[in-house]
Amino acid sequence: MAEYKRPKSLMPMATGYCPGCLHALATRLVADVIDELGQAENAINVVSVGCSALNLYSWCGDVIGSAHGRAPAVATGVKRCLPERLVFTYQGDGDLAAIGLAEIMSAANRGENFTVVFANNQTYGMTGGQMAPTTLLGQKTTTSRDGRDCLTTGYPMKMCELISVLEAPVFVARYALNTPKGVMDAKKGIKKAFEKQLRGEGFTFIELLTNCPTNWGMNPLDTLEYMNTNTIPYFTPGVFKDKEAEK
Amino acid sequence: MEKRFMKGCEAIAEAAVRGGCRFFAGYPITPQNEIPEYLSWRLPEVGGAFVQGESEVASINMVYGAAATGKRALTSSSGPGISLKAEGISYLASAQLPAVIVNISRGGPGLGSIQPAQSDYLQATKALGHGGFRAMVFAPATLQEAVDLTYNAWDYAERYRNPVMILMDGCLGAIMEEVELPEMKNSNPEDIEDWCLDRIGDRTDSHMITPILPEPALELLNKGKAMQYKMWEMLDTKVEEFMLEDAEYVVVAYGIAARVAKEAILRLREEGYKVGMVRPITLYPFPKASLNNLDYTKVKGVIDIEMTIPAQMREDIELQVKDRCPVHEYGRSGGMLLDDEGVYEAIAEIVKGGE
Repeated sequence: MAEYKRPKSLMPMATGYCPGCLHALATRLVADVIDELGQAENAINVVSVGCSALNLYSWCGDVIGSAHGRAPAVATGVKRCLPERLVFTYQGDGDLAAIGLAEIMSAANRGENFTVVFANNQTYGMTGGQMAPTTLLGQKTTTSRDGRDCLTTGYPMKMCELISVLEAPVFVARYALNTPKGVMDAKKGIKKAFEKQLRGEGFTFIELLTNCPTNWGMNPLDTLEYMNTNTIPYFTPGVFKDKEAEK
Repeated sequence: MEKRFMKGCEAIAEAAVRGGCRFFAGYPITPQNEIPEYLSWRLPEVGGAFVQGESEVASINMVYGAAATGKRALTSSSGPGISLKAEGISYLASAQLPAVIVNISRGGPGLGSIQPAQSDYLQATKALGHGGFRAMVFAPATLQEAVDLTYNAWDYAERYRNPVMILMDGCLGAIMEEVELPEMKNSNPEDIEDWCLDRIGDRTDSHMITPILPEPALELLNKGKAMQYKMWEMLDTKVEEFMLEDAEYVVVAYGIAARVAKEAILRLREEGYKVGMVRPITLYPFPKASLNNLDYTKVKGVIDIEMTIPAQMREDIELQVKDRCPVHEYGRSGGMLLDDEGVYEAIAEIVKGGE
């Protein structure tokens, strides 16, 4: 039976995430993979703004905080100067798909040799549950009280699909963290992305579908079912690009 | 020392490389394009990295990432682009990262004009970004001075773990002069190894670079910085005092305006008028003492000459003059250049009118 231990890359402290939040699980998966690859001292975590910024305090390897949306630009500067280090950003959907759209698309298009871990919970968690670019149609938020309306706010943005049409990225995949299988698949995906980076293959992008019990106004268990019936049908999990498999 | 006849922007780009710069990110904007163009081929020659960013915003954040690794990092732009970099410059200050930002300034406000102007003094010296921080601002008047200030800029940035700005207008960026280029140098590892993300030596602990801090820690940082700014004033103020001994009128001008003003002063001296000049080389820290310590029993007027309207340095001057004599201003703006005749006449009118 597997032993459940704190990953080396995480501080012996509470993460600060709300009870039932899958951000905590996502962070843990990344830390586990880094441990397994023996990269705890070689990794640099480029933290973004939003709930993901809690990583600044719970991460115990090298960590650098970025401005909102700018983590891929910061990671570009870090990786170009320290090409041997394992560099990754950890970003939420407001950070990555709204204010940081230029930075993520451009870093992906340049084929920067780092990994982006994108936690998509369809809301701005830290600021209190405003509508995100990824908020589902009809989903109620503090800035879309009657539910998101495509006529005035457009449609939930599918980042894996957008990034996978670029030439440079080598691995683009989406996983849902609401089932044990999804969690195990996600871990394999993160590992594959980091291994590709360590081999210098290029830009890798991992989207993790997560929840927000606090701002969705649901108990954690209900969010998992909500993800099954609402999130996953729109944000289809899967591998969108794998340059190795294309060969 | 190697001598070369170089264009302003290229001279500071080469001086940056020799000063240890190994990372540049920037976005095209006139009149500073020769800096990224030069560094795009020059940095790879010395093992450095050049990235053409997708925006000014991204570029300054790339510099933030590069600076965190302990590499000497540079970005350059002009007025509108510096506004976009304001966010990142504030983050550099907050995370205490050394980096150098060059502003080859042009007419403003707005998209303004692509012609030279000195319209970014207030932005550079008072608020390069949100949150209340300062950065040293170097304002060269010749290309040799631009080379020397750029070459040494990272020494200051690393010593104080703070961004440094080099502010020069589009004239200086475009003119050609002979410059002496210094030898290659690097940062002193001792200045960076205790905080940067690079694992210099056998470091086993991890490092956090953060632009956000718990409130008591942030207040502590701000108090420390306030003391540091005072220290800059005492240790690092640079100024040229020109013909001040017997001066009855004192021109205050920096950069290109000071060059034009100097010609006018020499002409007025030939005519027998006692005119001198205070030329701030550091706009921040401002050379307060040079103006505060003038002999106001002799000085009848101070004249602020800037290539911008309204004059932006005037408040800093008035704070030192303290109503002990009148303060006048003359300038051109919007990309319209100061010329010898206009500056001579503006100064002469005040000087001769005072008789």
